[in-house]
Order: sequence, then structure tokens, then C-alpha cells
Amino acid sequence: MATTTVDAHAHDSHAHEGPKGILGYFWSTDHKVIAQLYLWTGMFMALIGGLMAYVFRMQLAFPGKPVPGFGVVSPVEYNALVTNHGTIMIFWVAMPVLIAAFGNFLIPLMIGADDMVFPRINRLSYQVFLLSAIVILASLVVEGGGFGGAWTAYPPLSANPAYNLTPLGATLWVVAVALEFVAFLLGGINFIVTLMNARAPGMKAYDIPMVCWMIVIASILFMLSVGPLIAGAVMLLFDQTLGTGFFNPAVGGDPILWQHLFWFFGHPEVYVVLLPAIGVTVDIVATFSRRKLFGYRLLLYTAVGIGVLSFFVWAHHQFIAGIDPRMANIFTVTTLLISIPVIEMFFVVFATMYGGSIRLTVPMLWALSFLAEFMIGGMTGIYLGSSGSDIYLHDTYFVLAHFHYTFFPIAIIGGFAAFTYWFPKMYGKMLDERLGKIHFWGTIISFNFIFIPLFILGGLGQHRRIYNFQNFPELAPYQPLRVVATTALVVMLLFQLVFFWNLIKSFRRGVPAPKNPWESNTLEWTADSPPPHGNWPPDQMPVVYRGPYEYGHPGRESDFWPQNVPPAREA
Amino acid sequence: MTAPSASLAGRAVQARRQQVLPNGVLGMLVFVLTEVMLFAGLISAHAIAMAGATEWPPLNQPRLPVVVTLLNTVALLVSGGMLAWAQRAWRRSSQTVNPPLFGALALGLFFVLMQGREWVALIREGLTLTSSTYGGFFYLIVGAHALHALAAILALAWAWRRLAVGRLAEAQLATVAVFWYFVVLVWPFIYIRVYL
Ligand code: HEM
Ligand SMILES: [Cu+2]
Repeated sequence: MATTTVDAHAHDSHAHEGPKGILGYFWSTDHKVIAQLYLWTGMFMALIGGLMAYVFRMQLAFPGKPVPGFGVVSPVEYNALVTNHGTIMIFWVAMPVLIAAFGNFLIPLMIGADDMVFPRINRLSYQVFLLSAIVILASLVVEGGGFGGAWTAYPPLSANPAYNLTPLGATLWVVAVALEFVAFLLGGINFIVTLMNARAPGMKAYDIPMVCWMIVIASILFMLSVGPLIAGAVMLLFDQTLGTGFFNPAVGGDPILWQHLFWFFGHPEVYVVLLPAIGVTVDIVATFSRRKLFGYRLLLYTAVGIGVLSFFVWAHHQFIAGIDPRMANIFTVTTLLISIPVIEMFFVVFATMYGGSIRLTVPMLWALSFLAEFMIGGMTGIYLGSSGSDIYLHDTYFVLAHFHYTFFPIAIIGGFAAFTYWFPKMYGKMLDERLGKIHFWGTIISFNFIFIPLFILGGLGQHRRIYNFQNFPELAPYQPLRVVATTALVVMLLFQLVFFWNLIKSFRRGVPAPKNPWESNTLEWTADSPPPHGNWPPDQMPVVYRGPYEYGHPGRESDFWPQNVPPAREA
Repeated sequence: MTAPSASLAGRAVQARRQQVLPNGVLGMLVFVLTEVMLFAGLISAHAIAMAGATEWPPLNQPRLPVVVTLLNTVALLVSGGMLAWAQRAWRRSSQTVNPPLFGALALGLFFVLMQGREWVALIREGLTLTSSTYGGFFYLIVGAHALHALAAILALAWAWRRLAVGRLAEAQLATVAVFWYFVVLVWPFIYIRVYL
């Protein structure tokens, strides 16, 4: 057995078989079980975040009217809903699903290891994450209600209970976010060390599937950027609870300091979630185009380049926060520079598809729509990154639509792409393609109907984080656009029922999945579906002979060439 | 495991999984990377606050003990040196590891106790977490370092115990050492930025 992959004292946990009972599930060290836990917790949080959006969008479309299932939304509740919607979607949905769930599931399987190198740290990671999720949910129902100072938590609003009126909610919010960071630190260490140390014999650096690279680069970015924010979070917590004044100008503190600490993390964070989604897309597109990935190394180096650049753009969030205009110029240049490597990654994917024999399966549809929709987000970022136009656009719905055109493709579209692609491996069942397509088109079309109206409203000058636009005579007439967006949101939420129906259907009577339903090359498809504890029988651990994207090789009968097939056996 | 050796286009497939560094050491290095950024964040926040202040330190606040802390800094650096000595001794013969390891541990403890004594004195003189931003940053940064030092000392004590019963592995010592070197080496930066 590949005992070298598991560190010595954690190994005893491997001796007994998979999880026993419900509690055993939460105590398992198996990377696949932990992946499931992250996945389902993330999906549950996505549901909560989605319902929050439903409530506050209803308030915006029909101000003051009782929202079915919730009642009349008060201004304080509105702020808490908007704040926690954003916080939850980024920290409890995008990160756990794309990075933690798929990182945990895929990295050991794709590099041919039997588990993570630190299984017990991995388990601890999920447990801390679960605790953080409980704390953020609890913060919504404590005395005074949930924190309402926006997901960016700018002081002095966030620092002083006299301003935010949520003494408990604000503190629990900070605690929850800090716990979530701890969980991801533990997970990230595992991902990085596992990829470095536990690869199957023969797997060189350039034989690693792109999605593993991307998750690991994203983890490194996260580890490098989160430190200053942890410092800031502790300072904010002290300001809230101990009466220090780090961010309080009245006693010599500096509120802008928080913005620097937050965005120094916040901007790299957007690439932390973008890179795994690109990795998923690349793997899916190569498989379903039956073509070798165009420019493997180019893509890898580009991702690293993006990572480096992303540390030098943060102040584009602060163009009108009173920073030196000369600094605004510098950050405009760095921000516009970063669009170059981003679009380069997209061209790599297009070049991969060029001349391929494309199979439009459900995962492929999701992957292609990721490219199309994200492009809109990236293009609009250019207007925001130019400090001149951002003076007008800052904090309008244009910004809001911009980042939803980036985050939604990443977290939701990328998440569905990965989920539908690896579902057969995870559960040993095939999903229904027809239901999958209905769900896909319903979600994509309604998504655009939500956010295109919001782009228009932003261009008209509608500001974010406002409870009722009827109070603004020059904005009130655009109410039909708000109603369209809200209606589209409700439609999109309803289309998710199709997804759940598809899930239930395939769990109950889905077609059993073969080992390699998509005729893919990477190692996870050589394990059983679903893979057993330890992934492969100890005497059949895979060995790697070639890169992951050898599709359509000239002179071979079959159009794919799995990484583990020895050349000799075929000759 | 029994991996067959084969080659493809001149590429030899190695028969075993290759580790860049022992798992624990690599994991600790990655963790230390985050810690470096945490302290970088703290120190730059401090620098920004200092740059924006009209008087730093505020006139009504006590000065920090520069000389005593310098001596204490030297003690911490010597402790780091002794740990390096212990690791070298390990590589030669495991007999002489114990004294330098114990020395590193003892000096580390001395450092933390001395810092604690200073804190008590400073609090008596009126420098507290809330007395000024100056005090806030002092206790925040030095306190964060003290917590790391305490954690690292516990780890050193654990390693020392295991050495005594003959169950310490070289990689375990190296893992603990990475963390202690971090605690030792980040301190001079704190000393220069916060005390001087
Ligand atoms: C080439 C790509 C991109 C450029 C040039 C860009 C540029 C910008 C700029 C300048 C802003 C600040 C606008 C303002 O507040 O006035 C902004 C906001 C934002 N962007 Fe992007 N962006 C890009 C990609 C992304 C990606 C990939 C994501 C997410 C994964 C993202 C997420 C966000 C978020 C969340 C905000 C709003 C933060 C807030 O104020 O709440 N952006 N973007
Ligand atoms: Cu940004």
C-alpha cells in the first residue's frame, strides 16, 4: 500500500473501513467523505443565500409589501440580509464547494494517492468549517439581528455597536469569518503538501491535471493574502468588544486602514475562486472536445502570473475612498494589466476546442457558458478599473452586476459544471441528461434576465445598498427593471427544483455509472465509481506514463489515452 | 508497493512516490508563509498608523524599554542558534542533542517571562490596550508574537520529552524547528519597527 503518502501517526485512522453511522460520517478522515460534507454544507448554504436574495429582491421590486414566506422586510432586516447573502455566497458557498469539496475529492484521486497527507487535519478543517457555518447562521437570529454593515464590513459602521445596532451580530460575523479562514488554512496546507508529495509514481509536474494545479495555486494565493485580513479581523474584533480604536479616527485610528487590509485579501480572493473554476472548465473542455489541451505550460504560468499580479491591484476598490490620485493611476494600470492574462486563459480554452469533435453534454454546456458569462464580467471590470469612469460607477448597481457576472459563473456555473461532470464518479450513478439540459437553460437564461437590468440601472446611477428606491424621485420610474430582475430570480430559484428532482431520480433509479463514462484520461476515472476507501486496491495503485490530455492521438485507434496505461501493453 | 519500471520516449518512471520535503516540514513551511503575511499585515498597519499620527508615541504615554528588550532579543536569537546546533548534532550522532535542545527551550521560556514582566511594568505606568492606538498596536503585535512563542515553546517541550523517551523522529524535530525559527526571526523586525 502507498503508506508513504499518509503521515505516520495519522495512519491508524485508515485501519478501519469508511464511516460508521451519521456521527461516524462527521468523524471520518476519508477525503471523499470530507468532500461530500463540504459539498452538501456548501449547497445548503447556497440555498440559504439564495432565499435571502429572494427576500431582499422582493422588497426592492415591491417595496413595503409582505414577502410571501417572510413578511414585511424592515430596513434593519434588509441590511442584514444583503450583508449575509454576500458573505455566505463567497465564504460558505464559492470556497467550500469549488475549493474544499472538489479539492478534497479530486486531488488524491487525480494524482493517484489513497488520501490526503494529513487526514486528521483534513477532518479538523471540516469541523471548524461546520462550526463557522453554525456561528454565521446563529448570528442571524441573536438579539438585535444579523450584522448589516455589508460584506466588506467597513468601519466605523462595523466597529461601533452604536452605529450598526447589532452588537452581537457584528461580533459573531467577525468570529464566523475568522473560523472559516482557519478551516481553509488547514485545508490549503493539505492540498499543497499532498500535491507536492503524494503523486503517483511517474507523475511529473506537467502531468498533473490542470484542475489540481489551479486549486493548489488558489490555495497558495489564499494563504499569502489572508494574513493581513486576519490581522484586520482581530483589530476589528478588539474595536468592537474591548474598546480599542484601531479604526476609530477620534482616538487616532484610521478607518481606511481596514479597507487596505480587507482588499489586500479581497482582490486575490476573487482569483482564489476564479482559478479552480478555470481548472474545472479546462478539464471538461479538453475531455469533450477530444483534443489535447492547447498550451498546458502557458496556462500554468499564466495562472501563476495572475496570482502575482493580483496582489497589486487592491486599491481599485478605493478609488474614491480618498486615496492619493497618483496611487489611483498606478492601480488603474495594474488592474487593466491583469485582464491580459485572464483573457489569455480563455484563448487557451478556445484554441483547445478549435478543430475538436465537440460533445455537448451537460457538463460541457456548463463549462462553455462559464466562458461566455464570465467574459461579460471581465469586460465590465475594465470600465471599473479605469479610475476615471469608476468615479461615476463606483458603488452603483453596475459594480453589483459586474461582480455577479464574475462570481455567479465561477461559483454556481463552475460548481454545476464540476458537479455534473464528476457526479458519476462520486455516486456511481449517471444523471439524467434531459433534465440536466432543462435545468441548465432555465438557470442560464434567468440569470441573464436578473443582471442585465441591473447593469442598466447601475448605468442610470442607481446606488447599491438602498432599502427602497421609491424614495428617490429620479430612480423611482425605473421600477419595471427591478421587477424584471426579481421575477427572473424567482424563476431561477424554481428551476433549481429540476436539479433536485434530477438528483433524487438518479439516486433512486439512475443508470449505474461505468468507471469511465466520459472516456477521460485522468486517474480518477480508473477507480471504481464510487471509489472505495483508499481509492484503489493497495496492490493496484496507479502509475503514470503520460500527461492528462492525450486525446485524439494520431495513430491510435481509440481517441483517448489514459494516463495509467503502460505503453508496452498496447504495442 | 510494486510499481513496474518503464520508460516512454526516454522518460523513466520512478518506482516510488517522491517527497519534496518530509510532509510535516513542508506543511509547516506553508503555514509559516501565512504567518509571515500575518505579521507583515500587523507591522504595515502599525506603520500606517504611525505615519498618520501627529505625535508617536503620544506624549502622555510611557516609553518602551529599549535596552532590556534588546538583551531579550539576543536571548531569543541565541535560543534559535541552539536549536540549529541541536539539529546539527542530530545529524552527527543523537547523543548530544539533548543539551542544546533544552537550552533553546529554556531561553525561549526566559524570553516570554521577561516580556511578561515588562508588560506588567508598562501596564502599571499606564500603557494599556485602550489607552491609545500606540498602546493598542503594542499589545496587539507583541501579544500576537507572545502567543506564537508560547505555542512554539509547547512544541519544543513536546519534542524534548519525546527525545528523552527516544521517540523523536528527525522530521518531527525539523517541523518544530521551522516554527521556532519563524518565531525567532520575526522578532527582530518587530523590535525594530515597534520599539525603536
Ligand atoms: C479582469 C478582470 C477584473 C477587473 C478588471 C475587475 C475590476 C473591478 C473593479 C475596478 C472593481 C471596483 C468597482 C467599484 O467598487 O467601484 C470591482 C469590483 C468587484 N469585483 Fe471585479 N474585476 C475583475 C474580475 C473580477 C473577478 C474575477 C471577480 C470575482 C471572482 C470580481 C469580483 C468583484 C467584486 C466582488 C467586486 C465588488 C466588491 C464590492 O464592492 O462589494 N471581479 N472589480
Ligand atoms: Cu478587485
